[in-house]
Amino acid sequence: MTTLPIGPVPARPPSIETPSAEPRWSSLRGVNASDRIYKGVLTALAMTLPLLIIALFAQLFFSALPAIKRFGFSFLWTSTWDPVAEIYGAAPMIFGTLASSLIALLIAVPLALGVAIFLTEFAPGWVRQPVAFLVEMLAAIPSVVYGLWGVFVLIPFLRSYIVPPLKALLGWTPFFQGVFYGNSLLAGGIILAIMIVPYIAAVSREVLLAVPASQREAALGMGATRWEAVWTAVLPYGRAGLIGAIILGLGRALGETMAVTMVIGNRHDISLSALQPAYTMAAAIANEFSEATTATYQSALAEVGFILFVITILVNAFARVLIWRVARGAAVGSKAL
Amino acid sequence: MRKLTSAIMTAVVVLMAFTAVLALVLIIGDLIAKGASSIDWAFFTKSPVAPGETGGGVANAIVGTGIVVGMAALIGLPIGIGVGLFLAEYGSGRVGFLVRFIADVLNGTPSIVIGIFAWTWMVKPVGQFSALAGSLALAILMIPMISRTTEEMVRLVPHSLREAALALGYPRWRTSLRVVARTALSGIVTACLVGVARIAGETAPLLFTALGNLNFTTKVTQPMQTLSLQIYVYATGPFEEWHRVAWAAALVLMGLVLILAMVARWVTRQRYGRVR
Amino acid sequence: MGASANVRLRLETLRLTALFGRTAAVREVSILFPAHTVTAIIGPSGCGKSTFLRCLNRMHELSEGGWVTGKVLLDEVDIYASDVNPIQLRRRIGMVFQRPTPFPTMSIYDNVAAGLRVNGTRPRKELDESVERALRQSALWDEVKDRLHASALELSGGQQQRLCIARAIAPQPEILLLDEPTASLDPAGTQRIEELCRELKRLYTIVIVTHNLQQAARVSDYTAFFYMGGLVEVGRTSELFTKPKVEQTEQYITGRFG
Repeated sequence: MTTLPIGPVPARPPSIETPSAEPRWSSLRGVNASDRIYKGVLTALAMTLPLLIIALFAQLFFSALPAIKRFGFSFLWTSTWDPVAEIYGAAPMIFGTLASSLIALLIAVPLALGVAIFLTEFAPGWVRQPVAFLVEMLAAIPSVVYGLWGVFVLIPFLRSYIVPPLKALLGWTPFFQGVFYGNSLLAGGIILAIMIVPYIAAVSREVLLAVPASQREAALGMGATRWEAVWTAVLPYGRAGLIGAIILGLGRALGETMAVTMVIGNRHDISLSALQPAYTMAAAIANEFSEATTATYQSALAEVGFILFVITILVNAFARVLIWRVARGAAVGSKAL
Repeated sequence: MRKLTSAIMTAVVVLMAFTAVLALVLIIGDLIAKGASSIDWAFFTKSPVAPGETGGGVANAIVGTGIVVGMAALIGLPIGIGVGLFLAEYGSGRVGFLVRFIADVLNGTPSIVIGIFAWTWMVKPVGQFSALAGSLALAILMIPMISRTTEEMVRLVPHSLREAALALGYPRWRTSLRVVARTALSGIVTACLVGVARIAGETAPLLFTALGNLNFTTKVTQPMQTLSLQIYVYATGPFEEWHRVAWAAALVLMGLVLILAMVARWVTRQRYGRVR
Repeated sequence: MGASANVRLRLETLRLTALFGRTAAVREVSILFPAHTVTAIIGPSGCGKSTFLRCLNRMHELSEGGWVTGKVLLDEVDIYASDVNPIQLRRRIGMVFQRPTPFPTMSIYDNVAAGLRVNGTRPRKELDESVERALRQSALWDEVKDRLHASALELSGGQQQRLCIARAIAPQPEILLLDEPTASLDPAGTQRIEELCRELKRLYTIVIVTHNLQQAARVSDYTAFFYMGGLVEVGRTSELFTKPKVEQTEQYITGRFG
């Protein structure tokens, strides 16, 4: 702990520009109120989000309460949906939601992962930008436009070229029974698949990009082919994040409304056959909410909304936790419009 | 053997990517093929005609989309940007974590549920569907979205810039706004454009808020038509003529969304070469 | 402390300890910086030089978990006193960082004027004068006087760093803290900045952190050698470099470690 040894120092001639001894500034004291105000304003704005989610939850719950009281848990497994007799059961909708999302995932996951792996591992530089852009554009297409395309292009195509071979091959299974009129669980699943591919792909891509290059390089250094490096080193490392991406896509599929209601048939029916019309929770609300005349009817639909809300919150929260493990804090998936 | 598997898998991966791109190309192609022929000047300036008749346009829907989306942006953008700034400036603690998490969860909430919420608060009490109610629903949809994208853009500004401003004696609020946010401005603008493009295509939350209107109106306390609603009604309707209009309207809507997205990308490209 | 009556002490630290959470990065450093001198702070990487510097204008507390004990006296006033406003303080002390950080959305003029504007200086004439003076003092005026409103990003790295110096001295802060200011510059740029240091000390008290021993020898009147967060030795540059009192100092200066 040495201090500065001050020996005699020749006096310096004061120059005109040398500041004088008293401080020219306002004192060092004082508080900055403006900083507090700024923080206060921003915090207040930020509080709208927690308030919003609580308000949404509370609102749906209270609107659903009459129906909950009246039907109890049987709401979840009753198949009857009779506005006249005022008996409501959401089982077909819940089934349809899950089934259509499952079909969507079966188709979308390989496609989306393929896109993500292609973009991060295999695409030459000049291909990457355009392809990534095109996939993002898929996410920009509004749901109702997908529905339009689904009704007038996809369904006739299915009817003419896809379903006959499917029936020929797999008609003996319970999944492809019955007459195909067009609007069906299958159509719903396929259109959902196309819609969620960009989300899963975008998130997967960010997950894969977050995998350290050293993983890849270590595998390549040991003589693996490019594919093998991906399969054995990169994918397992990002596994949690990729599963998170898939679950995020699931969350999206669960809540999709317009395209689904335009192609799925909107029938309160549970059937294992994908060729039959079906219903989802979101589609039911879209279809019937404005025509719900009685309080019970409205409340039943609100309960459907409540169940949907809770399911999507849980699914999304779970997905985010998984993704957060791999790509901390980044607004993952925000580029997918 | 290994080489063969690898080659096959690589081919599979390329095929997947190709299929995804193909889907997009098909859809846009169909839009153009089926919709382009119907687009003429009358299409943009006339309102729909009576069911079954030919002709008419989507003027009411275009204006309606502008009004509903415009009002939603008026509410949603400032709040969303504010939350985004909060997350970037003060968001490293517990509160920030919570807000961020909620924003991400809200971003995945089905928009129809938000429609129910807006209906309960703005339609039911007054017994009247309105563009205002629709705008509210869309604004609620926008806020979590804009928050996260704004935060992301602001976080791209190098930390050293903040430090330089603070060392000069800039108070924190001025650093945050005048230096950091200002530097990230083009990114924030991009985020806003993308958010607007996204809600311009929404239909579900408008189904029982703005409801739709076959007449031309600009009264925000009345039901209003948007392009998305028009497409839905016409696509699911019985008339061939309606289907034709639906395709054309879809092309217009898609064009609008694409233009916004393109402008967004162009804005970022212009500026971001320069930020250190 | 035996101060001569002719030397005004501008800045002084008393047993300053800087911590990150529980780890001390700087330990019990007491140093005096006489007015109108250049003091170089040298030492191997990670010895706490930059952290120490950042304590002098209360920038350290802006880092995650940063806090200090001890005192830093500016004109006999402890800047860490509870009623001192750090923002006001930082306006009295100028800082230049390792990498040039001009504000990218502002012109050259606006960059230099930034510190003045934030202080509330408004009249155009006053700003013009101050900007010109600052740019002249940092030897940049001739190169930019015809394009004051061009973007600051159009300047070269060396010019940008001089711009940052101009920005820091425009509000006439009296104390100037330089954190490895030539680390990212080429030799020509480095030389210009070193010349500046020698000229600017007429007006300001300068503390410069540098890992370049020759630079310290060229530029400073006094040198302080830091090691592992502690102050090992401080003294007149000429003496420290030729006859250091502590063996560790000698070992560092002769390159035995570092």
